Amino acid sequence: MDFLTELEIEAIWLSLKISAWAMIWSMPLALGTAWILARYEFPGKFLFDGIIHLPLVLPPVVIGYVLLITMGRQGVVGSFLYDTFGITLAFSWRGAAVAAGIMAFPLIVRAIRLSLEAVDQRLEAAARTLGAHPIVVFLTITLPLTIPGIIVGAILGFARCLGEFGATITFVSNIPGETRTLPIALYAFSQVPGGEAAALRIVVISVAIALFALAGSEILARRMRKRIGSGHD
Amino acid sequence: MIEIDVTRQLGNLEISAKIETQTRGVLALFGQSGSGKTSIVNMVAGLLNPDSGRVKIDGRVLFDSESGINLQIHERRIGYVFQESRLFPHMSVLKNLNYGRRRAPNNARQIDFDDVIEVLGIKHLIDQKPYTLSGGERQRVALGRALLANPDILLMDEPLASLDVARKSEILPFIEMIRDRFEVPMIYVSHSMDEIIRLADTLVLVDDGQVKAVGPLEELTSRLDLRRLTGRYDAGSVIAAKIESHDEEFGLTTLTFKGGKLRVPRVKNVPGTSVRIRIRARDVSLSLEKPSQVSQLNVLEGRISELRAHRLNDDGSEPHDIDICVDIGVSLWVRITRWSLAQMKLVEGQSIYALIKSTSIDRQSLGQQHTKDHTS
Repeated sequence: MDFLTELEIEAIWLSLKISAWAMIWSMPLALGTAWILARYEFPGKFLFDGIIHLPLVLPPVVIGYVLLITMGRQGVVGSFLYDTFGITLAFSWRGAAVAAGIMAFPLIVRAIRLSLEAVDQRLEAAARTLGAHPIVVFLTITLPLTIPGIIVGAILGFARCLGEFGATITFVSNIPGETRTLPIALYAFSQVPGGEAAALRIVVISVAIALFALAGSEILARRMRKRIGSGHD
Repeated sequence: MIEIDVTRQLGNLEISAKIETQTRGVLALFGQSGSGKTSIVNMVAGLLNPDSGRVKIDGRVLFDSESGINLQIHERRIGYVFQESRLFPHMSVLKNLNYGRRRAPNNARQIDFDDVIEVLGIKHLIDQKPYTLSGGERQRVALGRALLANPDILLMDEPLASLDVARKSEILPFIEMIRDRFEVPMIYVSHSMDEIIRLADTLVLVDDGQVKAVGPLEELTSRLDLRRLTGRYDAGSVIAAKIESHDEEFGLTTLTFKGGKLRVPRVKNVPGTSVRIRIRARDVSLSLEKPSQVSQLNVLEGRISELRAHRLNDDGSEPHDIDICVDIGVSLWVRITRWSLAQMKLVEGQSIYALIKSTSIDRQSLGQQHTKDHTS
């Protein structure tokens, strides 16, 4: 790929890798959280819901700083992870994946929750009477009918991860080849004299990736709508 | 045996149901909307937990508050046909039909797949998605899906209520066929006496959450004290009969019953079949002498067993008509004007002739009886 510099390829690759890993850990957790929020009433639900939504309303730098003091090598979680598993999150791409996932989490939860709440629970009851165990009902009825929301959540989440800047730079800093994603690279270029051309190239790359992802997601969503059919009864 | 004895408080409504009956045939729960019929079947299905009591089907305990048994819904082996079809929208008709079938235990009765789609006439729909089907087709698929789960008992909660009149009469024969062909016991919930007369053998009257009476359909529908529950407007008698012969020339069928013979418009069932026939009280007239030159084909001799005045009209005036029960071997309800009553000077115990016009007997009111020995 001659038309991209080595530095750009590295940033693209890092961005995609970090976002992918962020989705891998956050999606299942978001599904579980959405399920709890959609189906259960319990004391403290309001507070739980609020905490889930914090990354959406707090400045990203705050999240990044909190991550730094809890998950850094000296932090409570960070020292535990290092002592038991030898994993360091701070200043590594893994930490970037954690930060991106946390920032995307409320968006994913919201999308899945909406879709879950739209699932007709009478269909689940019908499946139970046909001899299906609750877990089987979830896998064969609830989950397939929630797919559109899961896809929307995944797209929103992935996009949020690609664009993540504030929490990432605070928590894992700007390390070439390790944590320098596209937005951070763009920021770095814009800070040095004569970096305008390089920065502009990153802008173009970002737009291209975004358009590509949008088109892909539209095709996927259309196919899903067709599979599920329109309406229930 | 179907043994249900449950109680459950639902807001202001206290549901209390005690039903014990043979498993064979169709058990119908009849009552107004909101009387608690659906809650009772939901307690059988496990969709609603009773506060206390037990549910037992053919010796298998599904729920027992005393011994702490409460089988999960999917362990109960019930088939449930809901008011709305509740087909799974993301699955084809075939996958819907197979959903319960694949999960039925191997020792359950085996209902043949091809048989079911043949009887229900849904073979051509098999590859379609539910949203492409009409309301009647959806309900047929839902019937097939519940049946193919090979259930011990089939619960139907107003399966025709969401359909228009034309669709209703389209689906009803399918339910009859399921009853006759596959011999799965059924609990059928409805607020339509017409449907129940065509389908059911045993009637359960539900009112205000309580089971008021359980018994053979013919018996309960002719009981005066239950008239308020079985419905006054289309009051009538249900008579168990057997097809004796067909008269092809005039298109008539002769039935025999406890009180003699009855001629009705030609029905398609073969001679020997047990049927149930509903005669509306307003379609019967009375005569003091045996008439000879009348158009009514059915002249039955009997004795007046009871005179029953209606309640006063809403404005306090006396109603114009009165119901008379004539014993012609079975109880036959007759509705005549009070003027006729006065003219004929009718009293209880008097001999009388009941005249029934054959054409007034609606073919649709003939229900094939499930159990042949049950002619009470």
